[in-house]
Amino acid sequence: MAKLTMTVNGKTVSAEAEGRTLLSSFLREGLGMTGTHVGCDTSQCGACVVHVDGQAVKSCTVLAHDVAGADVRTIEGMANPDGSLGKIQQAFQDHHGLQCGFCTPGMVMSAAALLAENPKPTEAEVRHHLEGNICRCTGYHNIVKAVLAASGQDVSKIAAE
Amino acid sequence: MPKDGGIGASTKRREDVRFLTGKGRYTDDINIRGQLYAHFIRSDVAHGRIRSIDTSAAEAMPGVAKVFTSKDFEGAGGLPCGWQVTDRFGKPMQEPKHPILAEGKVRHVGDPIAVVVAETLEQARDAAEAVVIDIEELEPVLDMKAALADGATKVHDDLASNLCYDWGFVEENKEAVNAAFGKAAHVVSLELKNNRLVANPMEPRVAVGDYEDHSGNHTLYTTSQNPHVIRLLMGAFVLGIPEHKLRVVAPDVGGGFGSKIYHYAEEAFVTKAAHILKRPVKWTSTRSEAFISDAHGRDHVTKIELALDADHNFTAIRTETYANMGAYLSTFAPSIPTWLHGTLMAGNYRTPLIYVNVKAVFTNTVPVDAYRGAGRPEATFQLERLIDKAARELGVDPIELRRKNFITADQFPYQTPVAVVYDTGNYHATMDKLLEISDYAGFGARAAESAKRGKLRGFGIAHYIEACGIAPSNLVGQLGARAGLYESATVRVNATGSISVFTGSHSHGQGHETSFAQVVAEMIGIDAGQVEIIHGDTSNTPMGMGTYGSRSLAVGGSALVKATNKIVNKAKKIAAHLLEASESDIELKDGKFTVAGTDKSVDWAGVTLAAYVPHNYPLENLEPGLEETAFYDPSNFTYPSGAYGCEVEVDPDTGKVDIVAFSAADDFGNIVNPMIVEGQVQGGLAQGIGQALLENCVYDENGQLLSGSFMDYAMPRADDLPMFKVDHSCCTPCTHNPLGVKGCGEAGAIGSPPAVVNAVIDALHRAGHTHVTHIDMPVSPARVWAAMNG
Ligand code: FES
Ligand code: FES
Repeated sequence: MAKLTMTVNGKTVSAEAEGRTLLSSFLREGLGMTGTHVGCDTSQCGACVVHVDGQAVKSCTVLAHDVAGADVRTIEGMANPDGSLGKIQQAFQDHHGLQCGFCTPGMVMSAAALLAENPKPTEAEVRHHLEGNICRCTGYHNIVKAVLAASGQDVSKIAAE
Repeated sequence: MPKDGGIGASTKRREDVRFLTGKGRYTDDINIRGQLYAHFIRSDVAHGRIRSIDTSAAEAMPGVAKVFTSKDFEGAGGLPCGWQVTDRFGKPMQEPKHPILAEGKVRHVGDPIAVVVAETLEQARDAAEAVVIDIEELEPVLDMKAALADGATKVHDDLASNLCYDWGFVEENKEAVNAAFGKAAHVVSLELKNNRLVANPMEPRVAVGDYEDHSGNHTLYTTSQNPHVIRLLMGAFVLGIPEHKLRVVAPDVGGGFGSKIYHYAEEAFVTKAAHILKRPVKWTSTRSEAFISDAHGRDHVTKIELALDADHNFTAIRTETYANMGAYLSTFAPSIPTWLHGTLMAGNYRTPLIYVNVKAVFTNTVPVDAYRGAGRPEATFQLERLIDKAARELGVDPIELRRKNFITADQFPYQTPVAVVYDTGNYHATMDKLLEISDYAGFGARAAESAKRGKLRGFGIAHYIEACGIAPSNLVGQLGARAGLYESATVRVNATGSISVFTGSHSHGQGHETSFAQVVAEMIGIDAGQVEIIHGDTSNTPMGMGTYGSRSLAVGGSALVKATNKIVNKAKKIAAHLLEASESDIELKDGKFTVAGTDKSVDWAGVTLAAYVPHNYPLENLEPGLEETAFYDPSNFTYPSGAYGCEVEVDPDTGKVDIVAFSAADDFGNIVNPMIVEGQVQGGLAQGIGQALLENCVYDENGQLLSGSFMDYAMPRADDLPMFKVDHSCCTPCTHNPLGVKGCGEAGAIGSPPAVVNAVIDALHRAGHTHVTHIDMPVSPARVWAAMNG
């Protein structure tokens, strides 16, 4: 066990962690931040996606000690400063982009990374980008719609209205 | 336009706020001070005899509290099966014991043998390496037909054979069905498989047991679709804990799709281990563990035959199905291939004679139970594939062949030859709607455009019926259910007029906190924000049967309406007293009680306050307070139906199938929240398309699960699917529940697999590959290519 310090959602935090502790476990168990989810053990599902120094990473594949000192952002840090839902979060609610909510933290973090890089993605680009995030509930239709809407594009023509 | 928050409005989901901000409270988010961690040691062979288990070295390792084996559960019962099927000779099914931890034998890869409980998960895992288990490997029983051969190795030594039951339905019709086949002008037959699937909700299962020594109270936090059912099954049949000493909490649950209905060994384990160790005990499944311990779905092998007369009227259907039960009977497993499958074989058609035979078989594989649709996808797939094949053999249009045989709108209620009575439906209307929204007329032009790009385009149709809203308790009791299937609701009106609703239904993605509030708000005429929905905790909700089988709104919603009606009736009595009027003159509208024809009124909060501060109140004939409970037991199933159209492009060089368009025209009866309904259909479609194109659970010849992770089991991903066209404007309301609702949770998964496969076959036929009559699911590139070139 060794002490580990990093910035999470703008706050400096530290806790003890074993050398083998994954970033996902460090966030969930070490810091009690349970917004980041773990849906698999083969780095396939993307439920655990967070940002490390601005990059989307699967926190289940990163050792916590390897990101000591880094700037980490999680789903808990995505709301507006006044506590209201951030743009992407709001689009997910508006377009029913979630059902059980388990994949949602990872989806929102992946979508945020996409929009940071590509502010007006096409439907195909959104689908391609989200390939590493599995959702079992929604069939992706409304997730894709939410991400397009969050990018400021008109989604009123998309089917199933 | 319905008012936001009322019935019919696409009200945004209130639960989303916590899920979107990381504030959801799932079972794995629960950590109790002092908790220990459980690690299960599972069989890595499919079939074997346990010679010895040596836990001594592991028990001496750091942090280990105890290593458990079946010896520690000698007084406990096996995991119970909730449905007893009677075979076609009138005998009960064979029912083996399903122990919490393996007793003497292991029967599938993943069968739990021992559990290490330690201070940390890492310590538990490390110590598990030191548990020495000696197993004599036995020949695995895997193929269903071979399992039934004389002299086959037995999964359960104490049973007569590997046959769970041989079921015939309707047995009395068997000879008449055979006679109809003898007289038929045409007979069309098809052999097919319904591939084994893994439900894979994104949240793996978790169970946390807690025990309070001074009171003897047990608490189980678990990822369940039905906490009351778990309390009853585990308390009464496994651990012998009376209900008042056992609380089961299913907090936010990350999807279920059937796999979280059942009572699992891990739940009983953590509850009992917490009692023995006097410390909380937590178990969190890994995904790898989920693949070998969550109940699987489907896995049927069927031969189906259709008899037609010279005019192409369906005259009889005959099927023979082998249904895989796996190594043990999961909670509702026996009911799936029988009562949830055989009763649906009439589909949307007027076939007068039907005989269904099902042989349920034990094998050395993970138990199989309900997965989204449960039995109905299997029935629909057979029927809708077969009708397409019949149309091709007869040289007629598959849509017209369906239309010719549809039950017509004026024939409801319709008694099928397989016991059920459909209350309402209009199949011509849903078919018309599908052809409209899918632009069927424009298909030819789109196919020509695909051809220019070297792609083979096809259009596949399927029409489905399902039986939802399970179910009338007296009926299912006769059919072998060992439970009632009512639902419950308590409506607690608070003094200032806000309302807390306690429902026996459970939401694990369905959005009850929003839609159930819409129902109550509409009935009383108050703002939906005044209504809170509470579910998932046996300590505060009335006994309810939970959520599965698209039953929440049809059954749970009906209980809610009943309880709210009781509230309104009592509130009217109070209002009549306050307004000094006769109760029969009181009208409730927009949250206000008015004496009819006058301007005398009292608002909702005025009445609720009077109920709790009964100063001016008819105490001599009315109790104070405003809280009512209702239980609703449905009088029939509900029968959603719909027409689905799938358009594919097949790459002739690789056999790869792309879904380029998918349209669904459903009749769900009335609808409370269209946004949520559309979401349910889209999610169901993705799972059905996943089954048709991608997902497959495969065992090798040794009984090892080859598709044991997301690397090998292909879950549908965002770029495998198109945008969906979903329509629910066809509406024939259910006639026997107060909301006129039918349920929408499973439709997508039921109707889509045959539409996809029919589309692929259509594409191949249009390209001249007319020798291809069927391709088993998943319709992978390799299979399509082989079919084209075979
Ligand atoms: S939990 Fe990280 S990818 Fe699945
Ligand atoms: S919302 Fe349930 S997994 Fe995506």
